[in-house]
Amino acid sequence: MEKEYWRWPESRWTSSDIDWKTGDIISAGVDVGSVSSQAVVLVDGELFCYSNYRTGSDSPESAQKVMDKALEETDLTLEKIHHTVGTGYGRVNVPFANRAITEIACHARGANFMYGPSVRTILDMGGQDCKAIHCDEKGKVTNFLMNDKCAAGTGRGMEVFADLLSIPIEEMGKLSFKVEKEPEPVSSTCVIFAKSEAVGLLRKGWPKEKVLAAYSSAMAHRVVELLERIKVEKDFAVTGGIAKNEGVVKRIESELKIEALEPQHDTQIAGALGAALFAKALVEKERGLR
Amino acid sequence: MTVVGIDCGAKNVKALILEEDKILAKSSVLSGFDQKAAAQEALDLVLKDASLKKEDLAHITATGTGKEEVGFSLGTITEVGANAKAINSLFPSVRTVIDVGAEEGRAIKINDKGKVIDFAINEKCAAGAGTFTETMARALEIKLEEMGSLSLKSQKAVPMNAQCAVFAESEVVSLIHAKHAKEDIVRAVHDAIADRIASMVRKIGIEKDVALVGGVARNIGFVDSLKRDLNLDLLIPDDPEFSCALGAAFAAAEKAKGG
Repeated sequence: MEKEYWRWPESRWTSSDIDWKTGDIISAGVDVGSVSSQAVVLVDGELFCYSNYRTGSDSPESAQKVMDKALEETDLTLEKIHHTVGTGYGRVNVPFANRAITEIACHARGANFMYGPSVRTILDMGGQDCKAIHCDEKGKVTNFLMNDKCAAGTGRGMEVFADLLSIPIEEMGKLSFKVEKEPEPVSSTCVIFAKSEAVGLLRKGWPKEKVLAAYSSAMAHRVVELLERIKVEKDFAVTGGIAKNEGVVKRIESELKIEALEPQHDTQIAGALGAALFAKALVEKERGLR
Repeated sequence: MTVVGIDCGAKNVKALILEEDKILAKSSVLSGFDQKAAAQEALDLVLKDASLKKEDLAHITATGTGKEEVGFSLGTITEVGANAKAINSLFPSVRTVIDVGAEEGRAIKINDKGKVIDFAINEKCAAGAGTFTETMARALEIKLEEMGSLSLKSQKAVPMNAQCAVFAESEVVSLIHAKHAKEDIVRAVHDAIADRIASMVRKIGIEKDVALVGGVARNIGFVDSLKRDLNLDLLIPDDPEFSCALGAAFAAAEKAKGG
């Protein structure tokens, strides 16, 4: 079988110092995205376990799978979770969720937890969309802009290039800096046209690192255009799969002349984490604690 | 007087020899990654076909996205201008020309003299150009030439949500998995691109008659979708992909006459 360079590594994690049995509120969030799905479980608002897997063709199945994976190496079971919130593109298809909340609200709430209350601008670069979100110190959304019409500036676009250049997706960031001089960005916006342009550059004898650098800076530029429309306020944080690609993130930082905060956890879990925090608040409300 | 019009497109280079008002020969060569070489090959082919030499030509005018790459041309004309000239000559009643090529879509408004009044171009996005149907044909594992007739067999409209060709490719794969008939998916693909082209045409305003040119005009499924979307009939020349080259040849003839 042909190697699938676009395949990003799936993962799961469990906290070593939390015992869920001593917890008062166990809440969960499930983010079913167009490309990846995440599940996060919190014990009294502390990160207990999470998982990050590819979304299959069936949303309810993907939700179930990613939740099973999150719980896999723990002795916690789904029935013990007090409240679950679904989010993301397939949020209404999470069979065990008590309610669904939009991914914009969840991302802001999750980023506020991950990066702290100083975050004002979040750039979420997902598989099939790219969002620029403004939030307040509580992680409440004050404004947002979104591109979900075009693959330029999304993870899917980067996957197309991973395949084209035969470079494993997790190595793309680092490799894009292996150039003597930063080349001119690829001129096409459309991923399909950028792909033909890249093939032309390769035929001209460009090394693949140079083509990758040209594509990464074009992608960064595309995202900066979105950010400039909403205006970036500090602190600035990047979430989603592309946040793991330093080739894109560093180029965004240098074009904006603003540094992004260092990520603390898997950047893809922001949405599910926010959903789990909303789930916790819902339990508190039910119990008359808020 | 014999002249050549050459259209250096994103996908194909088309050349055409015109003697007065008669087309002597036509050729089409894949652009590949060396448009200059493809242009030379296209020229050699038409010359051979018409048993002429380059010295016999009074003028050569180039058009198309790669017009500057044509080393041997004596002048250039924009694709918009070339289409206007060609269609005004073929169909004098036409006031709106729609040109759908591999990587660009254009809508051109012309007057009764073939003068360009207004135009709109999509060159940024594959979703409004022939590349879109080509990408979808690949996802459906059918030949591009089969798309048109297959689409006409469709009995059911299947909605497509994705606009972007990259996302539409994934959507087409899910539609196949969901067991939708191929002909219905193909029709959805044609409806989607027709919708994008139609909204571009509406931007400049539609005035009858309307002509459709460019390689995608050969796709009868797309033509059907576009007619339905615009709710009017479309005039299509015999070799719609040669419209730009013909216009360039007319421009060459004018130049040779000292215009």
